[in-house]
Amino acid sequence: MTESHDASPGASVSSSTTSLDASSAESSVAPQQVAEPLVVLTDVDKYFGQLHVLQNINLTIGKGEVVVVIGPSGSGKSTLCRAINRLETIQSGSITIDGKEMPEEGKGLAKLRADVGMVFQSFNLFAHKTILENVTLGPVKVRKKSPAEARRRGLELLTRVGIEAQADKYPAQLSGGQQQRVAIARALAMDPKVILFDEPTSALDPEMVNEVLDVMVDLARQGMTMVVVTHEMGFARKAANRVVFMADGQITEEADPETFFTAPKTARAKDFLSKILTH
Amino acid sequence: MDALRTLLSEYDVLAAFWMTIKLAVLSAIGSLIIGTVVAVCRVSPVAVLQWFGLTYVTLVRNTPLTLIVFFCAFGMSNTLGLTLAPTIIENNFRWGVVALSIYHASFVAEALRSGINTVPQGQAEAARALGLAFMPTLSTIILPQAFRGAIAPLGNTLIALTKNTTVVATIGVAEAAYVMRSMLEFNISLLYAIFIIMAAGFVILTLPVGIFFTYLSRKLTVQR
Ligand SMILES: Nc1ncnc2c1ncn2[C@@H]1O[C@H](COP(=O)(O)OP(=O)(O)O)[C@@H](O)[C@H]1O
Ligand SMILES: [Mg+2]
Repeated sequence: MTESHDASPGASVSSSTTSLDASSAESSVAPQQVAEPLVVLTDVDKYFGQLHVLQNINLTIGKGEVVVVIGPSGSGKSTLCRAINRLETIQSGSITIDGKEMPEEGKGLAKLRADVGMVFQSFNLFAHKTILENVTLGPVKVRKKSPAEARRRGLELLTRVGIEAQADKYPAQLSGGQQQRVAIARALAMDPKVILFDEPTSALDPEMVNEVLDVMVDLARQGMTMVVVTHEMGFARKAANRVVFMADGQITEEADPETFFTAPKTARAKDFLSKILTH
Repeated sequence: MDALRTLLSEYDVLAAFWMTIKLAVLSAIGSLIIGTVVAVCRVSPVAVLQWFGLTYVTLVRNTPLTLIVFFCAFGMSNTLGLTLAPTIIENNFRWGVVALSIYHASFVAEALRSGINTVPQGQAEAARALGLAFMPTLSTIILPQAFRGAIAPLGNTLIALTKNTTVVATIGVAEAAYVMRSMLEFNISLLYAIFIIMAAGFVILTLPVGIFFTYLSRKLTVQR
């Protein structure tokens, strides 16, 4: 275990977040945990044509850590998430999951992706499959579990997110909040090492936001490693260990939620916070 | 009326339509298989396969069916000696099925591709995020939804296919149009009666196909 820790290139580079010691006291990162790094981004650059969407990103996410990514629209938050499970390729730098570099397209990539859950803004439940089938498809097809075992575990997860009564319905028959909770159950069914959430509540009617956030807070309490793109400050305060602020493709500020929301350092973050606070 | 009755006893119209049905069903299966493969090539990330898919559709769709049927029967079978069956009749029948399958596959491929375009990008992304590779994503998530979205154009293709089976009369397969021509040759006085019988026969064949596909498209439409 320690070997993979030392071998991983990110471990030494972005030490500010994980191997924090007393001497770097001015860092605002929550110091309570010295977790093993799970997701390590090192000098990541990504272009869309001329557009430099991710600029020299260095970020380390420890096991069990909950990181909230916040920032103006178009700053590259979705691209960051999608790069982590390689739905987007990067031009330079490296991204490792539990010490292993994301391989090129192919079997190896599919296998590593199975360890990285993803919850999308638009839910993306499989429209032609029932709720239960949505949750059992991955375990059966990718993890090669028996259908009976996948079904048992699927129902258990649906119960956990409060959707067990809808197991035989189709996604379109559920409300947005219910669909998103199913999407979370679908990700959990793979027993992922980390789950990425890309604005999971942005497409929801206001009265459904909390039912989804509650599930996410529970997950965070149970020690799931999570990267969450969201502007929900309540969630960040309750569940996040760290807030990462992105602007124009760069991480410009990192702090624990309380520090970030009450005393942001950069003008950009202050400006952004004043905008989301006013409504 | 008597003349017509005699005529119908001389020619086996039912057997002719049975031949039409066999041609249509086998070619439908063939064109669905080939068409699916071509459509998959067109959406695959591999440039060579994309090129193959596009070339196939462009070439085949713009070639007259008669030409393809002749090419199969005379080019492949007679000249190159590629026979698919020992007897001439059975051989021509099989090459007819091959020609019909190849031709209609181009339409099936286009229908399916339009169906694939109706499937939101997020469906494939969710599947890939679960760790499904390209082929399983295609076969379990994309194609099942694409077929549902393509049912109307697929139905039209199958109806056109049923009627297009008449083209293989030109290579001597004794299907409906072939028998009709023989009947007309010696009974030109019964022209209208024969026409009506044949037209009615095709309507009886294609109408259920249309109704079935309308039913399917209602039943299988993917709610979003
Ligand atoms: N597939 C794409 N092709 C070209 N540009 C893109 C693509 N996806 C996103 N972008 C651009 O990249 C920038 C960052 O996008 P995104 O990561 O979605 O930002 P955010 O999620 O923070 O709103 C935006 O300017 C967006 O227009
Ligand atoms: Mg976004």
